[in-house]
Amino acid sequence: MKIRSAVLAASIAALAASASADVKVGMITTLSGGGAGLGIDVRDGFLLAVKQAERDDLEVFVGDDQRKPDVAVQLADKMIQSEKVDVLTGIIWSNLAMAVVPSATAQDKFYLSPNAGPSALAGKGCHPNYFNVAWQNDNLHEAAGAYANDAGFANSFIIAPNYPAGKDALTGYKRFFEGELAGELYTKLGQTDYAAEIAQIRASGADSVFFFLPGGMGISFLKQYAASGIDLPVVGPAFSFDQGILQAVGDAALGVKNTSQWNKDINNAANISFVKDFETEYGRLPSLYASQGFDTANLLISAMETADTTDPDAFRAALKAANFDSVRGSFKFGDNHHPIQDIYVREVIKEGDVYTNKIIATGLTNHADAYAGDCKM
Amino acid sequence: MVGGSYLPPTGTVFHMTFTLFAEQLLNGLQFGVMLFLMSAGLTLVFGVMGLINLAHGSLYMVGAFAAAAVAAATGSFVLALMASLAAAAAAGAIIELTIIRRLYNRDHLDQVLATFALILIFSEGTRWIFGSFPLFLDVPQALSGPITLPGGIEYPLYRLAIIGIGLGVATGLFAMINRTSVGIRIRAGEADREMIAALGVDIAKLYTFVFALGAALAGFAGALVGAIQSVQVGMGEPVLILAFVVIVIGGIGSIKGALVGALLVGMTDTLGRFLLPQMLGWILEPSSAISIGSAVSSMSIYILMAGVLIYRPQGLYGSG
Amino acid sequence: MRREHIINLVTLAVLVVVPLGAWVLDEPFIITLATRAVIFAIAGVGLNLALGQGGLVSLGHAAFFGIGGYAMGILASHAQAYAPLMEWPFLIEGTKSMPIIWLVAVVSSALAALAIGALSLRTSGVYFIMITLAFGQMIYYFAISWPAYGGEDGLVVYVRNGFPGLNTLDPIQFFGLCFCVLCIVLWAMSRVQNSAFGLALASARQNPVRVQSVGIDPYRLRLVAFTLSGAITGLSGALFADLNRFVSPTMLSWQMSGEIMVFIIIGGVARLFGPVIGAMIFILLEHVLGGVSEFWHIYLGALLLMIVLFAKGGVIGALAGREVAHD
Repeated sequence: MKIRSAVLAASIAALAASASADVKVGMITTLSGGGAGLGIDVRDGFLLAVKQAERDDLEVFVGDDQRKPDVAVQLADKMIQSEKVDVLTGIIWSNLAMAVVPSATAQDKFYLSPNAGPSALAGKGCHPNYFNVAWQNDNLHEAAGAYANDAGFANSFIIAPNYPAGKDALTGYKRFFEGELAGELYTKLGQTDYAAEIAQIRASGADSVFFFLPGGMGISFLKQYAASGIDLPVVGPAFSFDQGILQAVGDAALGVKNTSQWNKDINNAANISFVKDFETEYGRLPSLYASQGFDTANLLISAMETADTTDPDAFRAALKAANFDSVRGSFKFGDNHHPIQDIYVREVIKEGDVYTNKIIATGLTNHADAYAGDCKM
Repeated sequence: MVGGSYLPPTGTVFHMTFTLFAEQLLNGLQFGVMLFLMSAGLTLVFGVMGLINLAHGSLYMVGAFAAAAVAAATGSFVLALMASLAAAAAAGAIIELTIIRRLYNRDHLDQVLATFALILIFSEGTRWIFGSFPLFLDVPQALSGPITLPGGIEYPLYRLAIIGIGLGVATGLFAMINRTSVGIRIRAGEADREMIAALGVDIAKLYTFVFALGAALAGFAGALVGAIQSVQVGMGEPVLILAFVVIVIGGIGSIKGALVGALLVGMTDTLGRFLLPQMLGWILEPSSAISIGSAVSSMSIYILMAGVLIYRPQGLYGSG
Repeated sequence: MRREHIINLVTLAVLVVVPLGAWVLDEPFIITLATRAVIFAIAGVGLNLALGQGGLVSLGHAAFFGIGGYAMGILASHAQAYAPLMEWPFLIEGTKSMPIIWLVAVVSSALAALAIGALSLRTSGVYFIMITLAFGQMIYYFAISWPAYGGEDGLVVYVRNGFPGLNTLDPIQFFGLCFCVLCIVLWAMSRVQNSAFGLALASARQNPVRVQSVGIDPYRLRLVAFTLSGAITGLSGALFADLNRFVSPTMLSWQMSGEIMVFIIIGGVARLFGPVIGAMIFILLEHVLGGVSEFWHIYLGALLLMIVLFAKGGVIGALAGREVAHD
């Protein structure tokens, strides 16, 4: 009864033609069910970089976690025990990362996070083998708070789903926002009707709204907010404004400010060719998530240039050096292996028929996370 | 924690809270009406055929996707709504003819499992056809934006339209069941299945009709709601669970119960989300009031349902 | 020997031989899969008592599965942080010892099942299905929004809990432990099925009036069955959490309740070994189909549909025929 998952290797079997692959990477990401769009973007960005590197000593196994923590744990076990991978990556959601990462790093595997950045892994729970190539969860919200000050907002209404990442979001915003709060609301996770919340925003006397409602929740909120006739400025992290879902929000998102560490108009050679190549390869514009997947793969490949996984200390040092051309421009790791990077303010615009973003300001420069001080390693 | 009050500065308090409260009542009504469209089909199918259909949420999704696809192709919201009715009715008729009718004489367990299997097929099938990203469906231009109601309440026109359409559908449904010959057969079927077969009614056709009708209502609700929410795979399941809560509270099989249950659930959920964190704010410090209030309000309708069932195990209007 | 007995023995043999073979061939992941199947089987055996024997279609058993999981998560996380659960009125410390965790998991899920059952059993039929679903959802949302134990992020336990005399981190030893638990549960269940209680429960499903006429209260019978059923499912939840070294609200979701029910249906309702075979097939399918297509849920759905429509007794029913009365 030998169980072998064909999808895993098949997607890039051509690349892994060589039998003696030196580095094996296990990618656990969400490819089916709700939220599959994010995982597909991360995977596609990652595989694009792998393809461009044309290395025959790199083998990638892709597995679908269905956004279920227990499936993710099982995939991690499979990849570590059966495929004997050296590096794990791919997880989108913080709760899945918390289920997989601590035990993977405890088994001396490297983990490169292309999306989730829970605070526990940035502070007390940091680990030498854990590298976050995206952001610590609070970062984009902190930048939104900083932007709100710059924009002169004095009285914000803030709203997020009632779960840990939602609480981190509001905490992150409040950490930088200097004004008063007209109201603070936690909604049910997965809620799709925000009429009651929008009514409270209207009645609150706020001068601005900050929201963190990822995925379908954000689409619903923005459409309903636009229909309500309230014209207070809205600011939020990039997650409700990425390329994948903007088209579903439509005009309701136009003009909204959002914070992101990446956009397709960042002007550097790596980014220009990434945007062009991604569109050629997959026939759609890359999203934030695709850029993170792409950077993650390039970080890994850059480490492979100078070190070997058989020497973990050297490989770790090579990862820490982050000697690759990030599509974000300047990119380096702090002592807790989380990014120190610029976070931009973007505005939603329409280019022809396509809704997309353009950078209008820099929210925070060379920004590190708030938990780095708690990390002892 | 900066600022803790949700009420605007003193002086305007009374007026503002009145309009806010009135707006929340309208929101509760609108949510309730929407839930009724979803529950009516579910309760009819159970009342007439004795079938639990977990895949009802999938028909809601089918309606929304059909509407989004047609709106994208033609730009017409009216055509999109018609497409949602047609697509969901067709999907309903097809699964009734091929699968559902084999389940009428089975126990509830088989029905739950077979329709659970249908959810898996519908969800992944839709994702296979339309991809993993949400689709776009917008409110028609004529209904966009807010209007000002008497009393100074600003309210989105589209939500008012949903209330109107929903109440219209409810009236039509009651008229159909009480006045038309199809309605008489449906009522007869609820009362005694063997008898109407003996009366020469083609029961198979009646069942297909009832199932397709329920499906069409669900698909219609999906399209109406899809315009202000997001059209995506998996959108049906949360609504399905709410619809079950509604029909169980109202009494399974009763259209009237579904209406009352839908309004009760709509009001409880909306007002619970709005009032609970504030009321707890009087006795707790603000941050724990928000946290506990949100936790309890997300459970409020289930508490309501458990309460009703303990008090009346057959629901409010249930028979037997 | 009846054919069903032969099937049961073959099932147990497969369940022993496959992981042992994997152990010899050094394929630890297959042992992990087998352990998962064994744990799901225990959950299914628990539900089968209520559902098969008692005719109580509970769509809320994930609640007990999750409560068992959280019993493990909460005790172990306190033990790993060296922070007592409570200091007043008396000191309760966390623990990393499996037997104690199991006891707590069984008792707490039994208590939850007793409370939920006492209210839900006032209803029957569809209302029962829906009210159990409602209670399950209530606990699910509570777990998501209650911040003390991780909310949606869940709780991570870094090292698997210990069992005296065993190295539980070794996959084959942990498998052996879970397998023993399954055997004990199966043995206990076979005793229950043939006891006066089991027979009364089955006849309360078929003909409640007859049971009432001999002076037995069907409500109490069902409540005892529901409580026992919840307790067993809770035990499997604690094991599942230990397998993953992680617990989260997904264990409490209604899809989980649906999956536990699916194990029973695939194997055969009210058959002692139904959930065991069902869980094994489910795990096998998940891996074979999951490898074939991203859209494997379509095939799973189609297969499930075929079993419900055309193979009513599940796999055991198809292989053994209708030797055991069940309807």
